[in-house]
Amino acid sequence: MGASPARAATAGVGVTLAAALQRRRRRTAFVFGLLMLIVAATSVLSLGLGAVPIPPGRTLAALWTSVTGLPVDADAARDSLVILNIRLPRTLLGLIVGATLAVSGALMQGLFRNPLADPGLVGVSSGAALAAATVIVLGERLLPYLPFAVLPFAALPIAAFFGGLLFTSVLYGLSSGSGRTSIATLLLAGVALGAMAGAITGLLTFMSNDQQLRDLTFWSLGSLGGATWTKVATILPAFIPMAIALSFLGRSLNALSLGEAEAFHLGLPVERIKRIVIVVVALAVGAAVAAAGVIGFVGIVVPHLLRLAIGANHKVLLPASALLGAALLLGSDILARLIVAPAELPIGILTAAIGAPFFLWLLLARRRMVT
Amino acid sequence: MIPLVEARGIGFATRRTTILDDISLVLPPGRITVVLGPNGAGKSTLLRLLVGELAPTSGSIAYSGVPLRDLPHWQLAAKRAVLPQSGTLAFPFTVYEVVALGLDGAGSPVAGRSAQARIATALEQADVAHLAERQFPTLSGGEQQRVQFARVLCQLAAGRIHEPRQVLFLDEPVSGLDLEHQIAVLETARRLATEGAAVFAILHDLNLAAAYADELIVLKSGRQVAHGPPAEVLTDRLLAETFGVRLAIRAIPAAPMPFVLPQARQSAP
Repeated sequence: MGASPARAATAGVGVTLAAALQRRRRRTAFVFGLLMLIVAATSVLSLGLGAVPIPPGRTLAALWTSVTGLPVDADAARDSLVILNIRLPRTLLGLIVGATLAVSGALMQGLFRNPLADPGLVGVSSGAALAAATVIVLGERLLPYLPFAVLPFAALPIAAFFGGLLFTSVLYGLSSGSGRTSIATLLLAGVALGAMAGAITGLLTFMSNDQQLRDLTFWSLGSLGGATWTKVATILPAFIPMAIALSFLGRSLNALSLGEAEAFHLGLPVERIKRIVIVVVALAVGAAVAAAGVIGFVGIVVPHLLRLAIGANHKVLLPASALLGAALLLGSDILARLIVAPAELPIGILTAAIGAPFFLWLLLARRRMVT
Repeated sequence: MIPLVEARGIGFATRRTTILDDISLVLPPGRITVVLGPNGAGKSTLLRLLVGELAPTSGSIAYSGVPLRDLPHWQLAAKRAVLPQSGTLAFPFTVYEVVALGLDGAGSPVAGRSAQARIATALEQADVAHLAERQFPTLSGGEQQRVQFARVLCQLAAGRIHEPRQVLFLDEPVSGLDLEHQIAVLETARRLATEGAAVFAILHDLNLAAAYADELIVLKSGRQVAHGPPAEVLTDRLLAETFGVRLAIRAIPAAPMPFVLPQARQSAP
């Protein structure tokens, strides 16, 4: 549009543009540095805090000696025993689950082009919850009939994982026809299936005895307690696809933000990308729910905060979400351990207590922006 | 010369209704083809078929002789760009980021300094360089449309590395723009055509269509009712039969360019 007088200022605009880009890059680098620092700090705290408090210096020393295998005194040996066998798996689980929930939230929001979307919406959480409740309440009765011997400790994660995957597959099947996926149908069918799963879970709750009820409650409120190396190793493979997807989905989600037709015009294989996102999220969230129970709101809060800080570009939003999600969940876990020590608060209570008001504020802020 | 795009007898029907029936057209390089027609005539469906977004239920479409369905997404993205009617964004992308999306799709993405230069040029051409750091959702409708236009120009600039024969599709490109920018968008389209691109635009303004089209296609109820240069197509009879209005077409004395004024209603025969 050569007619505009802005053309005369071309050189000037180019310079300010370059400067603005430079500023933005610096800001993003600063936020990333800060996030990594927070993750490192919460990790050290998480390793040190508990029934046997270990100061950060000794925590790091214990980690170092266990890596190098240097001989140590009795105190240090006890430290590393506690850290390696109890707190390290718990901390790793917290980091992985937190990162997964936040990244899944960012992925779902990108896919649905809606900042209020959440993994819970595509049925992953409700499917996983239903399967886990089934195992808790009916597990002892069902176990003898299973064709293979399921290890008792692995039954819950495996069931939750397949429950999440099954629900997501059914939803995906319902909402896609003739090679296209209707996002609106997917959301509404997700609500319907979620309600159905809720009803059946409620029925199972009604049928359960006291011990089962305790298990159900504890699990449905979410907890990182009971993390073991076996548990971490069991669910780890489910997170690998998401970690790989992080590297190439950013660009696609940016284009998808414009709309599905526009993303197609830009040359993206839209249907394939939608399928990849849904499967990757189903896998990772199914595994996260299986390992730590239902933990809400991390997926909504984290990407939103980051969009305020570094903008909407998914290429930086996705990895930043992984970092902040990991730090946020680990921080919540530390609080959950400290508030009512020596008992532990279920972590889902904390994330919901922080997340729900935040969600309401988000809704109101959006409404103000629209009107 | 092989036309950039050739459609032969294309139609689109759902189980209940036929939306488009037996349309044939060619988009030759260097020419602007404008589609006119009342609401619901099938203009947007025609555009969606031509860009590959929908598959025709009958007939065939080819880009430079290659069947459209045989072209992978990324190759198609180098050959054609599409300006949508209106786009919303739920996330606070900056204008610069939105325009940069034009670089991403077509094959090997452009990176580094040459990417920055292409984005800057596109921002200039659509007169939105001063908005580069603004967040897209905070812009006015017309500004958003110009940013989308910059993105489309950016896509064409990036695609030109792989593919010199390009088509620009515009779906009501001037509907939300002020007069200055309406003319500027169409002038840019004209310049791209002069440089060898084919342009396909849906317009509602008969006078802009008459002024910029080399070729007019008029649709009514999914059928092509007229086809040819503006001076031949725009007649009093066409307006009456297609748009249901009795208006008189006049011609600018010096040039063979038809125009129509709504005020001419009373003097129509």
